[in-house]
Amino acid sequence: MKLDWTRNETLVATVIVAFCVLAAVSDPGFLSIATLTDLLRNGIVLGIFAVGVLVVLVSGGIDVSFTAVAAFTMYVTAMVLNTAMPWMPWWAALLFGMGIGACLGAFNGIFIAGFGLPTLIVTLGTLSIFRGFMLTFIGQKQITTLPPGMRQFGRMMIVRGTNADGSFYSLHAGFLATVAVVIATWFILKRTMLGRSIYAIGGSEESARRIGINVQRTQFFVYVYVGMLAGLAGVIHASMARVANPFDLVGLELSVIAAVVLGGARLAGGYGTLTGTILGVTLIVLVRNSLIVLGIPSTFQSITIGCLILLGTGLPAWQSKRAAARAT
Amino acid sequence: MTDKLVTLEGVTKTYAGIKALNGVDLSIAAGEAVCLAGENGSGKSTLIKILAGVEQPDAGRIFFDGVAQGPLTPRASADAGIKVIFQDFSLFPNLSVAENITFSAELGLGAKLVHPARMRELAAGTLARIGVEIPLDAAVETLSVAHKQLVAIARALATDARLIIMDEPTAALTEREVRALLTIIRRLKADGVAVLFVSHKLAEVLEVCEYVVVLRNGAKVAEGPASEFDATSLTRHMTGRDVDETPPAPLPPGAPALLTVEGLGKSGAFEEVSFTLHAGEILGVAGLLGSGRTSLAKALFGLVVPQTGRIALQGREVPLGNPIAAATAGIGYVPEDRLTEGLFLTQSIARNIAIGRLDAHSRGGGVLDLPGLWGEARDWLKRLSIKAPDANVPVRSLSGGNQQRVVLARWMARGSRMLVLNGPSVGVDVGSKAEIHGIIAGLAAQGLGVIVISDDLPELLATCHRILVMKAGRMVDDIPGGGISETELAHRLAS
Repeated sequence: MKLDWTRNETLVATVIVAFCVLAAVSDPGFLSIATLTDLLRNGIVLGIFAVGVLVVLVSGGIDVSFTAVAAFTMYVTAMVLNTAMPWMPWWAALLFGMGIGACLGAFNGIFIAGFGLPTLIVTLGTLSIFRGFMLTFIGQKQITTLPPGMRQFGRMMIVRGTNADGSFYSLHAGFLATVAVVIATWFILKRTMLGRSIYAIGGSEESARRIGINVQRTQFFVYVYVGMLAGLAGVIHASMARVANPFDLVGLELSVIAAVVLGGARLAGGYGTLTGTILGVTLIVLVRNSLIVLGIPSTFQSITIGCLILLGTGLPAWQSKRAAARAT
Repeated sequence: MTDKLVTLEGVTKTYAGIKALNGVDLSIAAGEAVCLAGENGSGKSTLIKILAGVEQPDAGRIFFDGVAQGPLTPRASADAGIKVIFQDFSLFPNLSVAENITFSAELGLGAKLVHPARMRELAAGTLARIGVEIPLDAAVETLSVAHKQLVAIARALATDARLIIMDEPTAALTEREVRALLTIIRRLKADGVAVLFVSHKLAEVLEVCEYVVVLRNGAKVAEGPASEFDATSLTRHMTGRDVDETPPAPLPPGAPALLTVEGLGKSGAFEEVSFTLHAGEILGVAGLLGSGRTSLAKALFGLVVPQTGRIALQGREVPLGNPIAAATAGIGYVPEDRLTEGLFLTQSIARNIAIGRLDAHSRGGGVLDLPGLWGEARDWLKRLSIKAPDANVPVRSLSGGNQQRVVLARWMARGSRMLVLNGPSVGVDVGSKAEIHGIIAGLAAQGLGVIVISDDLPELLATCHRILVMKAGRMVDDIPGGGISETELAHRLAS
């Protein structure tokens, strides 16, 4: 198959390969199972967030409140389970988190789908409200003793082993959750009329209304779904960190949106693929993890990520512009 | 009433205090083609939206097969077999051709999952029925305007339609494609499908429709069998007055050459194009879609970069492929799609007129002389008789004809010496059209050179001193305006 350079995916994949080659040359230890498991581990929460953001961007909206939803959910889940339902097994804890997240997402959905308010304004508002509400009325102290279900999940590993040089490596079971989220979202977006309606609304909301797509219901689903994924990511994050810190996660939202945009989703809506999103997340995680390996100071990270966004989204846009100019 | 497919009784709709529709009655029988005629703003689009279930009427009743309907939704309307081809197509640019054609059909089937094979089969079958080939997997945004329109038509035909409403279905099509569409409409009628046809092109209307309903200012002003109408009477009903097309004043002999084009060429678009435009002359360029006419128009204004040839205005060479240089030299360009390419729709009339020459309004230090700017804008409103409360209203709120005048005012304010008008009356109603033609004639009388590019042959014949015919990128004919009939010109274009 011929490589299509007007696609973000091709470009991002190339940069990832180039980055790995560069890292491997400067540090032969880079190509190891430990690096891979580290990468996957760091991609778990970011990946779930990114899939949610992809769905919103495709629908033509934007959600910046998902990190607050995640922080709120993990804190409330840890607190409620500790005090009222310590008997809950790990899977019930995850479902509980998804439920809380979905409720918070529904709150966004009411304003966006119900009242037709601009998505950025609504989610900027709820970002502040969710976070402020949690810190004011629920608590600010870290919960260091997680409920048994979350502790149990925190210890679950898919693989565990020792390298030749004696270092440990392991891959957390949360990775399977990310895989499940990707597969479920792929199915919804590509194989259901609901998913195609999300693309259709992102392409043209007015046209969608005219051919009888239920725009309100579809948008409501989108924000509930994003909230649900954020809730799941929040509980997984706390379980893996073995602490529910209410000051965690918020502030991450722009990096996640950057990763999704890097993968080819357009802020104007209608465009974006899961492949691109996964590649975008991979690249961001790779850069965050590995610049130190290359001997580059960590403050350099944000410069690098910024340059990648400019390059990764600018180059395909420039190329498709040139292609369009050639066509006329 | 029971033998009628769709009946509207006393339908009224008010927007912000203005009656868009006022007690309109309308009925359509199976297999009947009804033409809905009217100028922009007469209420045609509102009527269509009500039938489509997109808008709800404030008063009045709607019957399908004689059964009174509750509030309509787009879904209920589509399920009743009412299919609308909207003027703006209402397609999804990001989805494939196949999905665009079948999305509504799949929703109608109540599908929860995507059935790719079924959708492809339906899309391919529908496209074959209207006799066009468009790649099923192409994203609609990559298609030409004509193909987009055909996809919109295919979407309406994809499932069992009982009434097809076409809002300006031929605006983006060439003569040949219009012929094909009219054939489709006749076939649909033979199958018992009713058609409600909205068009500005009166010849088409009278050709396919048996019955004509004319709206003006939201009310029905005339109706009757198509045989009782002709272009003149239809125009009179639509506008409420007689509209005459006056041929342009003859060009004085010995008018100086204004624009000289020599051997202009761009591979894949046009080649060896040479012609001269005289001061005060209106020169028409006729050609089918793909003949290179649009590329040529853009090349004259520097929007397309030619590889060979030269352009000179009053003997001074104009650099190729540089719109700013072209504008400075005195060339003005009015694009075909003035809504997206020519105007800042949400901005005021004054700003739209002044944007071409902000420098001239500068009072030094880059500060704008606003009173001067407003005064000039008001002056242009008067000179081009733009109908607007004042220069402060957004251009979006104007009718098509008045929007076109704003674009013209911008170039005239710059002191352009020649204008390239690409489809000057696309999407404009008959009344405004005649007025735009009058404006063009007026500009020429002042000594401006005007190039009119259009596939509306009557328009070219009515306005131009001379018509150049383009075919496959070459100038093949140079015809004096008065010396050819419409059929003869159509024949030369297509042969």
